[in-house]
Amino acid sequence: MSTYLADVATLARKDLRLELRVRSVVPSMLLFVVSALVVFHFALPSGSSDLAAKGLLWVAIIFTALLGLTRAFVAEREQRLLDGLLLAPCDRSAIWLAKTVSMLGFLVVAELVALPAFALFFSGIDGATVAGVALANLGICAVGTVLAAMAVAGRARELLLPLLFLPLAIPIVVGGVGASVADEPARYLGFLALYDAVFAIISWASFEYVVTE
Amino acid sequence: MLVPTAIALVFFYAPVDEDGLNQKIFYFHVPIALAAYACFGWGAWKGLVHLWKGKPGADLESYVAIHLGVIFGAMTLLTGSLWAKFRWGHWWLWSERQLVLFLVLFLFYSAYFMLRYSVEPGPQRANLCAVYSLFGVVLIPISFLAIRLANQYIHPVAFNRHGPQMAGSQFFTFCVCLAAMLALFAALYQFELAGKRLDARLKELRELLA
Repeated sequence: MSTYLADVATLARKDLRLELRVRSVVPSMLLFVVSALVVFHFALPSGSSDLAAKGLLWVAIIFTALLGLTRAFVAEREQRLLDGLLLAPCDRSAIWLAKTVSMLGFLVVAELVALPAFALFFSGIDGATVAGVALANLGICAVGTVLAAMAVAGRARELLLPLLFLPLAIPIVVGGVGASVADEPARYLGFLALYDAVFAIISWASFEYVVTE
Repeated sequence: MLVPTAIALVFFYAPVDEDGLNQKIFYFHVPIALAAYACFGWGAWKGLVHLWKGKPGADLESYVAIHLGVIFGAMTLLTGSLWAKFRWGHWWLWSERQLVLFLVLFLFYSAYFMLRYSVEPGPQRANLCAVYSLFGVVLIPISFLAIRLANQYIHPVAFNRHGPQMAGSQFFTFCVCLAAMLALFAALYQFELAGKRLDARLKELRELLA
């Protein structure tokens, strides 16, 4: 167990270090999410309710995550790094967990900017929304990492991932928007937690088959 | 054989209730929807068999089942839309949960085809498709819950905890229709599978000759 976690930590540290050196993914996510919020300001006619803006916040989060996930396995495929990782004496699911952790880190950084920006541009953010975002992040990264690994195997990589990801993200949007706007957010948060648990297990168990032949 | 019987029963045997003739579409809409679930379930099961036992051919079986599931799903959307038009006067109602669920599933499984046709044929494609089909069966109940959480409730309930809420003759017709749709699925499945296997065999022979 401890070697498994050590493998995960090593692999995740590799991703973070790569990002610190190249700085390609996180700055694009930050710029994208702020631009999206500005676009949404002009998309909502004056007099639109705060509820509509809350819904758009979730759209921004999903698309920002998608932007990061599109790049998740590109280095692995282009530089044939994945073959090396598969040869490494570690469990294949550790690769998934490490990638999920690093994507989660990127997404959280983007949201640390996005949520205050949303509060500045639109309306204040309550605790339930923050809790919803935190729970949704887990599901987005768990599912998105597996789908990103699938998408890079195909010819139309960048095109494929949104198609694969968006139908699976619909329950996340339902849970997230529900947690943001409903009077009793508990059941929506519970639903998000259920989604996270179910899809984390199936992603963890199936990742090995996605990267091996 | 069952399909014509079912159609005959729908039009000549089942009583017309207060909804009038458009209630007949129920006998197609619901069995087609259930048959589509059966297709997706069967496809995922074959995917699991592929991953678990590595049985050759399971990938093709999974693909054919999901292919038919998408066709049945499209028909469900079509018949459901017609029903909504005649019953509530709109072609599309977001408050109708089953239809929304089918729309989500339809999008999901359409992406399955995009995935399948963008990856080179081979063991990796089989693995990817199997994993994706497993995600699909998990998505069905999760989406069902999500749509239930997201919407109010106006879909007419034909089945509930007290058993079917319809007359005996209606229920009988419904069961025959369901059996007919499942038989149709099984027949199309065998037919399509035989065709695909023949194609694969032919390709092998051509390669041997070349």
